[in-house]
Amino acid sequence: MGEYRLMKGNEVLAEAAIRCGCDGYFGYPITPQSEIMETLMERQPWSETGMVVLQAESEVAAINMVYGAAGSGKKVMTTSSSPGVSLMSEGISYIAGAELPCLIVNVQRGGPGLGTIQPSQADYFQAVKGGGHGDYKMIVLAPSSVQEMNDFVDLAFELAFKYRNPAMILTDGAIGQMMEKVELSEFKKRWTDEEVTDKWGSWATTGKPVSRSRNVITSLEMDSLKMEANNKRFQEKYRQMEANEQRFEAIQCEDAEYILVAFGTSARVCEKAVEIARVKGLKVGLLRPVTLFPFPKTVIGELAGNVKGFLSVEMNAGQMIEDIKHAIYDAGLHRKVEHFGRMGGIIPSPGEVVEALEQKFIQEDI
Amino acid sequence: MMEIKDIIKPENLVYGKSNLLVDTISHYCPGCTHGVVHKLMAELIDEMGLQEKTVGVAPVGCAVFAYNYIEIDWQEAAHGRAPAVATGIVRLNPGKFVFTYQGDGDLASIGAAEILHACNRGENILVVFINNGIYGMTGGQMAPTSLENMVTSTTPFGRDSERNGYPMKMTELVAQLPGTSYVTRQSAQTAATVRKCKRALKKGIQNVLEKKGTSFVEVVSTCNSGWKMTPVQANKWMEENMFPYYPLGDLKDSKKGESVSKN
Amino acid sequence: MAKVRGAVVVAKEGCKGCGLCVEACPECVLSLNREVNSRGYHYSYMENPEACIGCANCGVVCPDTCIEIYRVRLQ
Repeated sequence: MGEYRLMKGNEVLAEAAIRCGCDGYFGYPITPQSEIMETLMERQPWSETGMVVLQAESEVAAINMVYGAAGSGKKVMTTSSSPGVSLMSEGISYIAGAELPCLIVNVQRGGPGLGTIQPSQADYFQAVKGGGHGDYKMIVLAPSSVQEMNDFVDLAFELAFKYRNPAMILTDGAIGQMMEKVELSEFKKRWTDEEVTDKWGSWATTGKPVSRSRNVITSLEMDSLKMEANNKRFQEKYRQMEANEQRFEAIQCEDAEYILVAFGTSARVCEKAVEIARVKGLKVGLLRPVTLFPFPKTVIGELAGNVKGFLSVEMNAGQMIEDIKHAIYDAGLHRKVEHFGRMGGIIPSPGEVVEALEQKFIQEDI
Repeated sequence: MMEIKDIIKPENLVYGKSNLLVDTISHYCPGCTHGVVHKLMAELIDEMGLQEKTVGVAPVGCAVFAYNYIEIDWQEAAHGRAPAVATGIVRLNPGKFVFTYQGDGDLASIGAAEILHACNRGENILVVFINNGIYGMTGGQMAPTSLENMVTSTTPFGRDSERNGYPMKMTELVAQLPGTSYVTRQSAQTAATVRKCKRALKKGIQNVLEKKGTSFVEVVSTCNSGWKMTPVQANKWMEENMFPYYPLGDLKDSKKGESVSKN
Repeated sequence: MAKVRGAVVVAKEGCKGCGLCVEACPECVLSLNREVNSRGYHYSYMENPEACIGCANCGVVCPDTCIEIYRVRLQ
């Protein structure tokens, strides 16, 4: 029997980290995600599972603590919100370049700059296109419920270790602050150094025994041919992710003429918008990307054959719309793709979404 | 008279390369202090039997390739972030011996926040701080520790304190922090100072193993390429110009939580 | 006559000719060779081998750890 609680998204994320056997958390306070570290500090997991929780002096330090701990083969994470994630981008690039597994959570707020503390999805590009310097990708998971804030922590770590790559949970202030019923995960034991080696290989800096050569965690390679080979290996890994890890949820897409594409908080709004549209007699479905990288382009390509158009609903000026267009193009098709979004920390209403759909597609079609 | 070939026999060997030094030729310029301090760290890790529990953290700067030279596990940090990286390693692996190896640009400039906070938290790490008052790798630019009137490629007419501020005494700063245990300033230009420096590094390592807090060993060093001198001239210049501003000796020898300097 | 005799072996190819060992030697044993090694450095060598006391100062200051020191105690 599962353990059910009524909890905030941020609190659940902290609880899920403890329960999935996370070894360490390094963070820095920033609204709207400070409850994550607060919850961890109150839970004192170091006395329960041995998980280390440390408040760093900055986001820059926090991500580099993650780098160090991840390099030693530990299951570690940090959380922040948009301006803090910008500060972490340097470190994330190093983590990707050194091929280390870790979890970074971005509870997004509006930008640019200090922007607003209200929810936003304006860091989509930063999350899925790399964010820091150099050609790299993170695995990006987008929860749309408090339940998924629980479920995706363990999933993110699994994927991060499977591909030795940073994984991100890209959520926003709405889901972070929202309270919902959640079924908490069972407790999993933390991995020992030996278990990490057995399961994922011997690459971590655990101290060099006589039996193996020294392990060096670095993203540096001065020989251009070797560096290019590294780059090619990374790209091959990203293609493997695209082949194996596209995740999505399709709601009423079977007979749909128009498809809303939305993730996270926008997807919740769009679920309601689909209901309203259906009552109006419009054949509308919702495609909710669960992984933003790899983007579920295969299913979008397939759906494109049967629909008149896609409306990308995002809490930004139009970012994911580019990936939808690419997916349709890659399928060798041409379909109308439009964007509807609110910015500045405003969550669109379902009515607004339906109105936008009618304006951008249906009125024109008539 | 004894022949040289009779002296050069394995049983008469009194000094040679540490087993933990990788058999390769380093990228360092002739006469560079880095080579000496690398050697001391390799010797100490070997002599103290710490290879299996050591993780080194390399900086950005000339010592970026430190991981190519000592037979231990290493992590290469982003510029200035070595103390944060070391914090992450040691917090999750409290049984390991973790050290950072950083230059003055890395530690005193871009990494000033990370070093102060790691020292203030009293992380159980050894910090090896190579201070030659210049950016070596990027071609001899001014560092926070460059002396007043020192000519560098970004202060071609000498460091002007009105424009560039004053040479930064990091070791004095960290000695004030309750988290540090052993704080010392050494050099490595003569056989005597190299041997003394080795004793200081050893004490720093022992303090870390005894979990006394952060050990901080500054080595006032040369950058003969950046200073545009011969290695021998550079040592002399260092003695005459660096030592008066960066005096050698122990600044603190205590344990975490004691903020009072003993000197 | 000295009670100890020493000798040093400089790994010719590892030497960068910095001259720190020459400076560190109390007995003026070492000098930089007029010849160069394959990388173009005037490598260090024992110009005055009879004077070596095996004190190891040259090895201790050598940044490239390319000097081995041998010592025997004379009866």
